[in-house]
Amino acid sequence: MSVVVRTVTRLLLPAVVMFGAYVVMHGHLTPGGGFQGGAVIASAVALVVVAFGARRIRRHKETLSVLEDVGALAFVVLAFLGIGGTFFYNSLAGTGGLFGQEVAMGANPGALNTGGMLPLMNWAVGLKVLAGLGSIVLLMGLLGGDDDR
Amino acid sequence: MTALAILQVLLLVLLVVCGVLAVRLKDLLGSVIALAAGSLLLSLQFFLLQAPDVAIAEAGIGAALTTALFVLAIRKTRRKEEE
Repeated sequence: MSVVVRTVTRLLLPAVVMFGAYVVMHGHLTPGGGFQGGAVIASAVALVVVAFGARRIRRHKETLSVLEDVGALAFVVLAFLGIGGTFFYNSLAGTGGLFGQEVAMGANPGALNTGGMLPLMNWAVGLKVLAGLGSIVLLMGLLGGDDDR
Repeated sequence: MTALAILQVLLLVLLVVCGVLAVRLKDLLGSVIALAAGSLLLSLQFFLLQAPDVAIAEAGIGAALTTALFVLAIRKTRRKEEE
């Protein structure tokens, strides 16, 4: 692609990744969550593939594959952590530890340190969606010849 | 009608225009851009209908990822549609 596209991609990439990470991290407070944030970060991968060509990031194909497995495994393991109660039992909520702050009553802007398992599961889903959609775009870019027109 | 309703009707009309353009254009890259614009308008419509969750998903998947896939596919094939 042209110099304009490449320069704009370099400028825009950190902002896109940052916004996606924000959507994932605040998944239990604001609209969006693991899937939406992961899709936003995967669009950054798509931006790189379209602007610089898939051959440039070909070596990260294995990394994306591993990340997808890690995301799926983390989700299942987190679900099994609550097996003392039920499958998917939220064993961290309200315990005062990690993400265990008590939720305030009434209308409030929301505290990041609440939600128990939900933020961790959002991260797992975000990782899986980012890696899955990213590798779809990357494989599509690697298919066939890459004659830049 | 309130201003919000007028804006929503305008968005839907533009959405139909984008859809027609995506079908009619002979330049496939332009067609893909029209599809992406339609996706973005649909995302705005979802936001106005107070479904921001769906709006983010639509903007991420519909406007960004499918457009990238189509652009990559066009780059590997021909850009002009044959008669």
